[in-house]
Amino acid sequence: MSTLASQLINLFAALLLLLAFAMLSQRRVLSLVHLFTLQGAALVASTSVMAYATDQPHLYFSAALTLVLKVLLLPWLLHRLIQRLAVRWDVEPLLNIPTTMLVGIVLVIFAFTLAAPISALSASVARSTLGIALACVLLSFMMMITRAKAIPQVIGFLALENGLLFAATSATYGMPMVVELGIALDVLVGMVILGVFMFQIREQFDSLDISHLEKLKED
Amino acid sequence: MGAALNWSGLLSQLLEIALAVLGAPLLTGWVNQCRAWLQNKSAPPLLLPYRTLHKLFNKESVVATHASPLFRATPYVVFGCMALACAVVPSLSTDLPLASAADAIALVGLFAVARVFIALGAFDIGTAFGTLGARREMLVGFLAEPALLMVLFTSFLISGSTSLATIVENLAGRELAIYPALAFAGVAFTMVSLAENARVPVDNPATHLELTMIHEAMILEYSGRHLALIEWAASLKLFAYSCIGLALFFPWGVARAGAPLDLFLALPVLIVKLALGGALLALIETASAKMRIFRVPEFLAGAFLLAVIGMLVHLLLGA
Repeated sequence: MSTLASQLINLFAALLLLLAFAMLSQRRVLSLVHLFTLQGAALVASTSVMAYATDQPHLYFSAALTLVLKVLLLPWLLHRLIQRLAVRWDVEPLLNIPTTMLVGIVLVIFAFTLAAPISALSASVARSTLGIALACVLLSFMMMITRAKAIPQVIGFLALENGLLFAATSATYGMPMVVELGIALDVLVGMVILGVFMFQIREQFDSLDISHLEKLKED
Repeated sequence: MGAALNWSGLLSQLLEIALAVLGAPLLTGWVNQCRAWLQNKSAPPLLLPYRTLHKLFNKESVVATHASPLFRATPYVVFGCMALACAVVPSLSTDLPLASAADAIALVGLFAVARVFIALGAFDIGTAFGTLGARREMLVGFLAEPALLMVLFTSFLISGSTSLATIVENLAGRELAIYPALAFAGVAFTMVSLAENARVPVDNPATHLELTMIHEAMILEYSGRHLALIEWAASLKLFAYSCIGLALFFPWGVARAGAPLDLFLALPVLIVKLALGGALLALIETASAKMRIFRVPEFLAGAFLLAVIGMLVHLLLGA
């Protein structure tokens, strides 16, 4: 029973990493949102399995929260934002995609090596997935760095939060409820504020390219 | 393995070669039919590839005056390589006397030999299209091969052997376990097979007209029985790749050594698996658009990285 659960958790962890890489190499904004939704779904599945395997009822609550927020509400908000901003163009990465992927694999190796001694200390069923969670966080960071437009950066930020949540569940059976609720609200509010912010950027510069913000500097 | 040449092994080996050589065009026909259904076209008959082969074998083969013997030899070499590849891959039974002749790494080499010959044959006449196709084929090949090897290495690590027959025995014999590494390897393998078999995101198998074609550009100069052999070899390659995929990721239902009666069960199981796989291939081909040739290296680099990550995940999770 517990071996099946840990295998399932490993599978979902691998799926999260796969989706993080897919997001890193994706050029289209809409597909990026779909991938983000899928990543949220994988997170919900892994958290539910973890809750069932370790008999921790508060993890069910955490999974439900993720489902509502990451799979339903945020993608809906993003879709609406994309529709209202009428952005359907291809994402322009600052680095070309193969280079990004190569740097990504270096990050994965780095994360795996970094997490190995930490996970040796943990007693959780899913301790070996800590490296994957860390790799997801770093890959999302990388995505935020290599994209020039505002919406992919926001999606990168949200994916970063996915990775953090997964790290928390895999290393310590989840954060206290208050912290989790706080983070969820933060992400939601952050999303709303960033949405408003994007409208402002477009109003000001007629584009969502973040590099235009450089013009705001006073010399 | 010393006394492997017993009658049941020989029988299953012969049966497997016969099934591959005779059944491969059927798989091609099935994929084409599924694709036509999905695209709302009226489907070509299932047996159309056989009729095409029959027609081509009865036609005269025209060879350019400057063609060297290499050009004439290429169809036979390519067909031989593909038939041997199909013989080595355990599709019906793992009790194959020939399987000890080539492990999975040698199998990749076998595909490489076929590729080099078909590219040289295309260069041989010196037409613009042939040269162009051969260069593109080598571009795709040199990127797809390491990715394929990485996929194979992942399954070698999991099952502890480089022989496909042993891999199938090990994976099918164990109790059911989920290997996250195989998920990565599976995605990478699908991408590599699409590229290697000249399928839609990389090449379009249904055109002789586009400037972007790869495989068809190389075989434009062939006609008659030469063309028939090359088309047949292309079907065999698709069959071999499908069987490698099934062997690595869905190894259940293959007959073991010492149980020749299992062959009766293995055959329908294989047919069902291939039919599902063919339908899936048609679905992928319909759902995706052909990419620019300069996007292909990116696509295959993605496949390579996925395969490498699969290996890393296997080492990390230790599953």
